[in-house]
Amino acid sequence: MGTKIGYTFIQSNRAWLPKALVLWIMGMAFISMSIYRGMDEENKIRRKEVLGSMCDQRARMLQDQFNVTVNHVHALTILVSTFHYFKNPSALDQDTFAEYTTRTAFERPLLSGVAYAPRVVDAQREQFERQHGMTITTMKSEPSPIRDEYAPVMFYQEPMSHVKSLDMMSGEEDRENILRARATGKAVLTRPFRLLGSHHLGVVLTFPVYKSKLPPRSTVEERIKATAGYIGGPFDVESLVENLLGQLAGNQAILVNVYDMTNASDPLIIYHQKASTPWTALTTAFFLFVIGLLVGYILYGAAIHIVKVEDDFHKMQELKVRAEAADVAKSQFLATVSHEIRTPMNGILGMLALLLDTDLSSTQRDYAQTAQICGKALIALINEVLDRAKIEARKLELEAVLFNLRAILDDVLSLFSEKSRNKGIELAVFVSDKVPEFVLGDPGRFRQIITNLVGNSVKFTERGHIFVKVHLAERTMVKTDAKDETLLNGGTEEGVCRSGTGQFNTLSGLEAADGRNSWDKFKHLIDAEGFQSNASIINMMASNGGSEDVTLMVCVEDTGIGIPLSAQERVFMPFMQADSSTSRHYGGTGIGLSISKCLVELMRGQISFVSRPQVGSTFSFTAVFGKCKEYVFEDIKQSKSEDLPPGFKGLKAVVVDEKPVRAAVTQYHLNRLGIMVKMSSSIKDASSTAKNGLTSSEDKFQPDIILVEKDCWISGEDSGFNAQLLDWKPNGHVFKLPKLILLATNISKDECDKAKAGGFADTVIMKPLRASMIAACLQQVLSTENKRQAGRGVPNGSSFHQGLLRGKKILVVDDNGVNRMVAAGALKKFGATVECAASAKAALDKLQSPHCFDACFMDIQMPEMDGFEATRRIRQMESKANEQMMNGGSSVDGTAKRDELHLPILAMTADVIHATFDECLKCGMDGYVSKPFEEENLYRELAKFFKSKPLSAFIKMRQGPGAFELVILGLKLIERFSWNQSLSLPQEPHSWVRVPLLGLD
Amino acid sequence: MGYVDDQFSQLHKLQDESSPDFVVEVASLFFDDAEKLINSMARALEQPCVDFKQVDSHVHQLKGSSSSIGALRVKNVCIAFRSFCDAQNREGCMRCLQQVSHEYTMLKSKLQTLFRMEQQILAAGGSVPLE
Repeated sequence: MGTKIGYTFIQSNRAWLPKALVLWIMGMAFISMSIYRGMDEENKIRRKEVLGSMCDQRARMLQDQFNVTVNHVHALTILVSTFHYFKNPSALDQDTFAEYTTRTAFERPLLSGVAYAPRVVDAQREQFERQHGMTITTMKSEPSPIRDEYAPVMFYQEPMSHVKSLDMMSGEEDRENILRARATGKAVLTRPFRLLGSHHLGVVLTFPVYKSKLPPRSTVEERIKATAGYIGGPFDVESLVENLLGQLAGNQAILVNVYDMTNASDPLIIYHQKASTPWTALTTAFFLFVIGLLVGYILYGAAIHIVKVEDDFHKMQELKVRAEAADVAKSQFLATVSHEIRTPMNGILGMLALLLDTDLSSTQRDYAQTAQICGKALIALINEVLDRAKIEARKLELEAVLFNLRAILDDVLSLFSEKSRNKGIELAVFVSDKVPEFVLGDPGRFRQIITNLVGNSVKFTERGHIFVKVHLAERTMVKTDAKDETLLNGGTEEGVCRSGTGQFNTLSGLEAADGRNSWDKFKHLIDAEGFQSNASIINMMASNGGSEDVTLMVCVEDTGIGIPLSAQERVFMPFMQADSSTSRHYGGTGIGLSISKCLVELMRGQISFVSRPQVGSTFSFTAVFGKCKEYVFEDIKQSKSEDLPPGFKGLKAVVVDEKPVRAAVTQYHLNRLGIMVKMSSSIKDASSTAKNGLTSSEDKFQPDIILVEKDCWISGEDSGFNAQLLDWKPNGHVFKLPKLILLATNISKDECDKAKAGGFADTVIMKPLRASMIAACLQQVLSTENKRQAGRGVPNGSSFHQGLLRGKKILVVDDNGVNRMVAAGALKKFGATVECAASAKAALDKLQSPHCFDACFMDIQMPEMDGFEATRRIRQMESKANEQMMNGGSSVDGTAKRDELHLPILAMTADVIHATFDECLKCGMDGYVSKPFEEENLYRELAKFFKSKPLSAFIKMRQGPGAFELVILGLKLIERFSWNQSLSLPQEPHSWVRVPLLGLD
Repeated sequence: MGYVDDQFSQLHKLQDESSPDFVVEVASLFFDDAEKLINSMARALEQPCVDFKQVDSHVHQLKGSSSSIGALRVKNVCIAFRSFCDAQNREGCMRCLQQVSHEYTMLKSKLQTLFRMEQQILAAGGSVPLE
C-alpha cells in the first residue's frame, strides 16, 4: 500500500479551504443582499402600482368633484344673476346668500367658500359705497386707490368674512383671473398663490356673472359689457391635498410632490411621510445569509474533518506498514538469530557429548551433564522460538503423511513416564476405537502439541493423574451438549462425586476441572463404541468412507494447580505464564501453548481449556486429519501394525480395578494387542468370574492373564487373594493357571517384595501403560516367543545405522576432493556402495539412463555447472526415459514393476537458509543435507527419505521369501528400540522389563 | 587443541576395519589440495590485475575442504578471506593468504606428527584412543 494513494480532492486542496470559506461567506452576503434588493424593488413596484391606481382613482374623483364644484359655482352665478339682477329690487342679500351657500356647501366640496363681487366702475364707486355702507379696500386692507373699475366683495359665504369689501381687482392674480373670466365667459383658475386668509397655497376659481342673457356666440366685448360681477372661491390646495392624502395613504408611507403644471421644475409642496423599513425583505435576506453562513461553516467543518481523518488515516496506514515491517523484521530476526544460535549450540552440545565420552571424574561428569541438559533445554527453547517465528511468518507448512496416532501418543507418554513416575502421578492415554488407526496429517506437529500439553500438565501436577483422551469430535459434541452445561455451571460437585467414598470418578479419584471426563460421560463413550475388534473399525471406516476428513477431539486432563482465573485469558499469549511466581517456581517460558494454539489452528481445529484453581485443568483441542483410503489402509495396516506383536490375539484377560476409567484405559491397551478383556471391580469378583469360566461351559471365559491394579491389590490384600487364587488349582483342569500381573504407578521396594510374596511373581507393569510395553511384558511373562533380552548390549550409535543403506549404490557429486571423500566415507559407514563424480558433467555421464544408483548426493556450488542445473538435467533425462518406457515398455514385463524412474537427489550445501532449501525442491531435488556431514544429521535426513521405502519393500518381501524376512525386520525394529535410550531399573528385581523410552516412529 | 573441530572426530568415526587409513588418506588429499589452492591463490594475487572471482572460488574450495576435514582455524581464516575477496581488498587478501598458509603449515605439521604417533602406536600393537 503506497502512502501516496488515496488523497482525495479535498485533501489535495486543503490550503484553499479557509479562502473558500471566506469566498462562500462573501458570496452568501452578496446573494442575500441582492435578494433583499430584489424583494424591496418588487415591493416598491407593487406599492407604486397600488399607489398609482389609487392616485388615478383619486384624480378621477377630484376631477368629478372639481367639475361638480365648477358646475355649482356656475349655478351660483345664474342664481345671482337671476335673483340679484333680474329681480328688482334684488331678492338677494348677504344673509340669504350666506345661508344658501352654506347650506349648499356640500355641493362644492373643494371650495373652502364662495364670494360674489359685483363689477363696480369708478364712476359708480361712491354710489356703491354709500348704498352698501362700506369702503372698497385693497387686499392689504387699505382704502382702495382710484382705479377704472373695482370688484368689491359683496356677498360671501360665512367663513370668508375677511374678504368683505375687498377689491378683488387689487390682487394681481385675482385681477388677471377676473379679466380672463369675463373675457371668456367661463370658469377660470389663477395660478397657485398664497391665499389671503390662511396663507395656504391655493388657487382661486372665478366665474363671471352677466347682467343680461348672452347669445350663444357672443363676442368678448359683448361679454365684458354684460359683466355684472364675479363669483369666486379659493381652492386651498394644501388642505385639499392633506384631506385627499389622509384618505389615500392610510398608514402607508408616501411621498407626494405637488407641482404647478406651468412650472414643473420644483415642487410646490412636498409631503413626506417616513417610509417604514421593509421588515419582511430584511429578515428574509438576513435569515438567508445566516443559513448560508451556517451551511458554509458546516461544509468547512466537514472538509476540515475529512482532511483530518484522512491525515490520520494516512498516518495510521504508514504506521501499520511500519508495524508490519517491524513484525516481519522481528520474525526474520528471530528466525535468523535462533538459527545462528543453533549452529554454535550444536557445537557446544557436540563437544559436551564428546567430553562426556572422555574419562571424567564424577564431579566433572556431573558438571558436563548439567551443561548438556541446559544446552538441550536451550536448543529446545530456540526451536520453539523458531517455530513461533515461522508460524508468524506463515512459513510453517504442515506435512500430510499417514501416521499412527496411537503410537505417537504412546511415544509422548513414554517421554514423560519417568517424570510422572517420580512424582507419583498416574499418566494414561485412551484413544476411542472410532478413531481410525491411521490418519493423514503432520505427526511431528501433532506430537509437539501433545508433548507440550502433557509436559505442562506434568510440570504443574503434583498428585493425581494426567489423562489424555482422543475421540471423534462429532460424537463428543452430540454426547456432551445436553448435560454438560449444568455440570460446568456449579453442579459439578454433586454430579461427579460418588456418594459413598467421597472420591471422584476420574482416573486417579481426584476431582478434575472438566466434568466431561467423569466416568458417566466416559462410560457412554465406551458403551457406544462397544470395544469391538478391528473388524468393526474397518466397517466403520467403510460406512464413513464418504467424508474425507476426520475431526479428532483430544483432551488432556490433569489434577494440577490449575490456572488462576485472572490469568486464564492470557494463557495462549506467547511468553505469558499464569503469573510470574509460576515461572519462578516451575520454570519455562510460556511459549509452548501459543505455539500449540497456532499449530492447532493450522490443523483447522480449536483449542480451549477448562481450569479450576487447585483442582486442575483440562485442555482440549480439535484437529482435522485426512482419512486414508481404504485400500491403502489395508496395505499399511498389514505392514505398520507389526509394531505391535500379533502373538497375543485371542488371549483373554481380566482387569481388576475399582476405578472404571483406569480400567477402561487398561482395557484399551490390551484391546490393541488383540486381547479380550473382562473387567471386574474387585479381586473377589475376578476370582468368581474366573471360576465361573472354569465351571460353566457355555460362558467360557478362561482368563490367561489377570491384571490387578496396585490399589486394588493393597485394599484386597487382607481378604486373602492368594487363597482365592489357589482355589482354582484343585479344579485342576487342563487349563493353565492365569498369570498374575500387577499394575502400578510407582512402587516401593517393600511393596514389590510383598507383591512377589503375594503371588505376583510373574511381573509388575509400571505405568504409564503403553501397548508396546505391555506387549513386551506379556511376551516375557507368557514366553510366547523365543526369549530375547530387551536391552542386550546397547550398541554404539552407528551400529544400527549400518543397515540403512546396505546394498544401496550412491553417487556423490562434489568438486571438492576432500568433501567427496568424507561424504563417501560417511555413506560407506551406512553400508552403501559409493561412487564419486568430480563434476556435474561426470555425474550426468554416470547417470545416463540405465544406471544402477539408488540415490545421489549433489553439491550445489560447483564450477561450470551447479547442482541445481545438474538436477534439472537429470530430471529431464528421467522424464524422457519414462516416456519411452510408457510407449515401448508395455511389451517388456520386467520394466513394469519399476513404474517410474525417479532418482532421489539430495543436496549438499554449507548454507542452510530456507530459501536454498526451497530452491532445491524447486529444481527437483528430494532432500537436503548440510555440510559438513554430521552422522546424526545425515542419518536423520536419510531416514526421513528412505522411510517410505522399507514399507513397500517389506510388503514385497512378504510375498517372497516368507516369514523369515518379517522376523528380520522385526528384529531390526527391536534393535532400534533398544538403541534409543532405554530405561533400566537396576535395583529392581529381574521381573522388571526394560522399557524403551523412545518408541517406534 | 583448537586446530581441528568435531568434524575431525567424525572423520575418525568413519574409519573402521574396511578402511583403516581413512583419516590419513583424507588428510593427505586435503594437504595436496590445499597446497595447490594456496599456490594458485598466491599466483592470482600477485597478478597486477587480480581476478578476485577466481581467488574467491579457490578460497571457497579450500573452505569446503577444511570444513570437511574439520580444520577449524583454516576454515575461519577462509571465511575472513572470502569477505575480503567480496570487498576486493587486495591488502586484506594478502594478509589472509599469509594467515591461511601459516595455519595450513601448522596444521599439517601437527597432523603429520599425530599420524606418525598413531602409526607408531599401531606398530607397537596399541590402539588409538579417540580424544
